[in-house]
Amino acid sequence: MSDEVILLAHGSGGKLSHDLVERLFLRHFDNPTLLQLDDAAVLPMPGMSGPAHQPPRAGQPANPRLAFTTDSYVVSPLFFPGGDIGKLAVCGTVNDLSMSGARPLWLSAGFIIEEGLPLADLERIVASMASTAEEAGVQIVAGDTKVVDRGSADRLFINTAGVGVVAPDVEMSGDRGRAGDVVLISGTIGDHGMTIMTQREGLQFDSPLVSDCAALNGMVARLLAAVPAGSIHCLRDPTRGGLATTLNELAARSGVGIEVEEMAVPVRDAVRGSCELLGLDPFYVANEGKLVALVAPQAASAALTALRAHPLGGEANVIGQVTADHPGRVVLRTALGARRVLDMLVGEQLPRIC
Amino acid sequence: MKYIDEFRDPDLARALLGRIERRSRQPVRLMEFCGGHTHAILRYGLRTLLPDHVDLRSGPGCPVCVTANADLDRAIALAHVPGLILTTFGDMIRVPGSAHTLQDAKAAGADVRMVYSTLDALKVARVNPDRQVVFLGVGFETTAPTVAAAIAQAEAQGLENFSVLSLHKLTPPATRAILDAGEVQLQGIIGPGHVTTIIGADAWQFLPQDYGVPLAVAGFEPLDILRAVADLVDMIEEGRPGISNSYARSVSPEGNPTALSIMDQVFEVVPAEWRGLGTVPGSGLAIRPEYARFDAGRRFEVDPGPTREHRGCRCGDVLRGTVTPPQCPLFGKACTPARPIGPCMVSAEGACAAFYQFGRDPL
Repeated sequence: MSDEVILLAHGSGGKLSHDLVERLFLRHFDNPTLLQLDDAAVLPMPGMSGPAHQPPRAGQPANPRLAFTTDSYVVSPLFFPGGDIGKLAVCGTVNDLSMSGARPLWLSAGFIIEEGLPLADLERIVASMASTAEEAGVQIVAGDTKVVDRGSADRLFINTAGVGVVAPDVEMSGDRGRAGDVVLISGTIGDHGMTIMTQREGLQFDSPLVSDCAALNGMVARLLAAVPAGSIHCLRDPTRGGLATTLNELAARSGVGIEVEEMAVPVRDAVRGSCELLGLDPFYVANEGKLVALVAPQAASAALTALRAHPLGGEANVIGQVTADHPGRVVLRTALGARRVLDMLVGEQLPRIC
Repeated sequence: MKYIDEFRDPDLARALLGRIERRSRQPVRLMEFCGGHTHAILRYGLRTLLPDHVDLRSGPGCPVCVTANADLDRAIALAHVPGLILTTFGDMIRVPGSAHTLQDAKAAGADVRMVYSTLDALKVARVNPDRQVVFLGVGFETTAPTVAAAIAQAEAQGLENFSVLSLHKLTPPATRAILDAGEVQLQGIIGPGHVTTIIGADAWQFLPQDYGVPLAVAGFEPLDILRAVADLVDMIEEGRPGISNSYARSVSPEGNPTALSIMDQVFEVVPAEWRGLGTVPGSGLAIRPEYARFDAGRRFEVDPGPTREHRGCRCGDVLRGTVTPPQCPLFGKACTPARPIGPCMVSAEGACAAFYQFGRDPL
């Protein structure tokens, strides 16, 4: 590795990103919580005992746990249809906490600002963060500001970290998928990534593209309330690398296969059209307001109903099944009835989008 | 979705598959010239739906893949010229030359930018008047006219800081080279839809006439391809090689005269080196002397160093159709899309990338 340098593709969320995490970060930051590789770390509350990443033993009272996560946002352009970098920074961290089943409570916000950024732009972004946080029911309780020389950053980068609480009866992780589980998606795929992409390319469509950027904690709360405890096995928000990459991560972490019906995956016409034009595949395009759930079969119908009843989940659908066959591999049944591998994203399909 | 769903209709696909199944008696080997076809075939799983005795082989129709290492090295050396901005299509950035890629050059400080069209490269030149902007031009008859138009536009606008390294290639001579070599017995060819939109279906008449091999021009939707296979099977079974055109919504017999004329105005036909095929006479496009100042090859002198081929890589054989990607010993092991050794594993049109991404056995 000695003469290698970091390539853009190391940040794409695909295979090179995974290699970087596994071969470098995990090697140095080796601990069982991080090794779970979930969207948020789930930790014991101070003063309460027992390893957080294991379910409570039978007969022992379960404790609430802390969920903790962080993410940085470097999207360009800073403002886009459906959101801006500030809204994205709040929603992204709220969603990472929500995917561990946590109720998000507190966020921090760090700003890296390039000299020359109009103050009005910054204020618009901060106001957007405040209103997004209020709607999501979280508070931004700590912050930091750094200004760097012109050229040392691209206008504005934001880091957010977040803390939430996981209820005692909630046990979700990327490694808990089981054969027979039903795969659900909460709505159409590719909206955020294609919105950013077409903004950059100056493409316009009859039905305009709008980012799906949204906080998912409300939807997750409804979902958890609608099904018996323990029946939601995994939750993920398919951001960088898109749905295909998320499903591959879940298949690998849980040691199961996943079968997906291409026709069942909802894609907006404007997203399909722009993907066709630019030679992209919506399965690999980022989402910022969608979740994928692996759900025990007996709870699938209640879960789907709960998702569809939520304002963000009207187009939720069952898109596939978890199987004991082909562990670690995701297989797509195409519209024509053929079966083929649906692999992870390799390299960079898109420029900076989140 | 209009203009897409009609060409992916499962019932019509089943009908065409049934027709192929009924009509096809003898084993046939067909080559899809175009990498875009290889990707569509694998992405929609058509190989698994066709009868076993209909063997599809990928051809040399991936511009990035057929670019010789020596040419790649020259482009990478150009990128390192101080102050120069090298613009090119996305795939080219990741293709390994003898030792490095343009991506490596970029990470080491070279200014390499991905563009979607040559006109974007012109824009880069316009907003950076004090820097030299080179467009690395790869592609077949489909992209060459747009590059020619950009050069003509640069001349009309007096844009002095723009030039093109032309690695453009022509498809009919490469098809001839494959048939002349006779290494792989082909009973029919699925003709490249976009190329033929430019050059016209009549440009392929030499195939049935000189070689007795039928060609079916196809679009890139599953039904286009199945229809082309069905037409080829019919012509082969009837022993009447000819040209069929299932992509009439885009392709005419005579092609696009405007595109052909701008191409001819700016480029001249020269021999070109192809990965896998070697030097093919009359298969390359060089910038005419009248436009010499837009020729990056003439404008910049660079020393790319000695050329090396990638050890064990069978991209050349894959491009000639003599092996399928999984028959290469590096495929999926030493060579993957994350760490590609040969260009066929990099490009969105590369056969190895298509087989790796879509074609591996699901079980």
